[in-house]
Amino acid sequence: MSHHIVELKDLHFLYPDGTEAINGITFKIFHGESVGIAGANGMGKTTLLLNLSGHLIPTKGEIDIGEVNLTKKTRHEIMRKVGFVFQRTDDQLFMPTVYEDVAFGPVNLGLTEEKVDERVKSALDMVGCYHLKDRPPHRLSEGQKRAVSIATVMAMDPDILIMDEPASNLDPKSRRQLINLLKGFKHTKIVASHDLDLILDVCKRCIIIREGRVVADGPAEEILLNKPLLEENSLELPLSRQHSAVRGPF
Amino acid sequence: MTFDLEFFNIGYLDTLSYRNSFVHRLDPRIKIIVSFIFVLFVVSFPKYEISSLIPFFFYPVFLLTAGNIPLKAIAKKVFFISPFAVFIGIFNPLIDTGTLYTVFGVPVSGGWLSFLSILIKYVLTVSTALLLIAVTSFPGICEALERLKLPKVFVIQLLFLYRYLFVLLEESLRMMRARDARSFGNRGKEIKTFVRLISVLLIRSIERAEMIYRAMLSRGFRGEIRVLRRHRINVYDILFLMISVTVFYLFRSFHLVNLLGETFSRVLR
Repeated sequence: MSHHIVELKDLHFLYPDGTEAINGITFKIFHGESVGIAGANGMGKTTLLLNLSGHLIPTKGEIDIGEVNLTKKTRHEIMRKVGFVFQRTDDQLFMPTVYEDVAFGPVNLGLTEEKVDERVKSALDMVGCYHLKDRPPHRLSEGQKRAVSIATVMAMDPDILIMDEPASNLDPKSRRQLINLLKGFKHTKIVASHDLDLILDVCKRCIIIREGRVVADGPAEEILLNKPLLEENSLELPLSRQHSAVRGPF
Repeated sequence: MTFDLEFFNIGYLDTLSYRNSFVHRLDPRIKIIVSFIFVLFVVSFPKYEISSLIPFFFYPVFLLTAGNIPLKAIAKKVFFISPFAVFIGIFNPLIDTGTLYTVFGVPVSGGWLSFLSILIKYVLTVSTALLLIAVTSFPGICEALERLKLPKVFVIQLLFLYRYLFVLLEESLRMMRARDARSFGNRGKEIKTFVRLISVLLIRSIERAEMIYRAMLSRGFRGEIRVLRRHRINVYDILFLMISVTVFYLFRSFHLVNLLGETFSRVLR
């Protein structure tokens, strides 16, 4: 299975205003892997995701996604392979009704009307929101908006799912539903979040970045329980593990 | 805090449009066409006409009752924008002083009549436009406009306007609240701070527009947005169109109020 590999080679990204957001990142993500990306604010998480999804083109280094090298020419192809769930749902949902929003991607893929309808239905069913199909997005709760956002991306049938802070602004119940939903997906997943409990629940592997560099990369269970490492990176132990970690070896 | 209240007020018309009634179910295209014809008929009357305009209230009243729309919601909005109409006609009584009628011994000048006529036409057309929105969801209107061959660019602009109006309003509402929380009395509410708020809002909207564009690209956007077609014209729509246009035509060509008056006076005699 080599077709959905994500490979970054010495990735650099420089914003036009001179900010060096990414400073040489190299890693490889295999088919079906779920990877959490953690790091303090402003350390380059979002920039990294925007690069991975073809919205920004690296200033140096290379990104290969499923044997396609990211360049200006191939970015549209990459965008099709990569489903990106944005941090703010109001950016993600721009059509007047939920149905039209979910249909937007499939229509652009050039599918027939019946196929589009099928895709919309199955994507909305997947997130349990088919009953909301005629609602305008401004009449949904944040949790519903998040679920619909995911449906809009799933309707594109992406190979790789990328999410930026998927649990922000969600109440505990919606957050739990989201986690269960994510666990059910068999796609390659890349999730950037400060919510380390979510990463621990959803991801097998975790990468910590600081100042645009990878400082740790390994199994989530190991990295997210390494207290000194986390504290060095302005993070702390996942809440679910804090209690047991305090007790330590006793 | 009036701004907060106004904000919720804007959403109200939108809430009404999701009700379910006979007029809500009509095809938006038909409603737009009928309302347009209605407006044409109303403005086609000569400037001193008053009594022949009265029967035309039938149409807005019909939309109001059949659509189960509260009168207050519409009346308030009509009242708030009335200064525009008032200022168009306010000088008519001063310019046009020739006496046209004498009512119970009081001479009525042509200026007053034309002023009143302008106001009636204003109430008729504006309340119909508002009611059209209240009984048709905004996406429905956009769909209709697109299918009536309005250039797609405009339709999509309208759709985005509708989608982000609420988002932007909420954003400005939050900013205003933050300002009010830290300004006391009139300090901090000067025009200077207001200008800054507006500029921050502009920058935020530009940033947001960029993100939305990215979200669109992510889903294969290539410069083409298809508007969903949900409605189909059926027998009721055709009937509604034919009946209402016939009724408007009758109102226009027969002086209904005069006829009624004559019949009444004959009966009384």
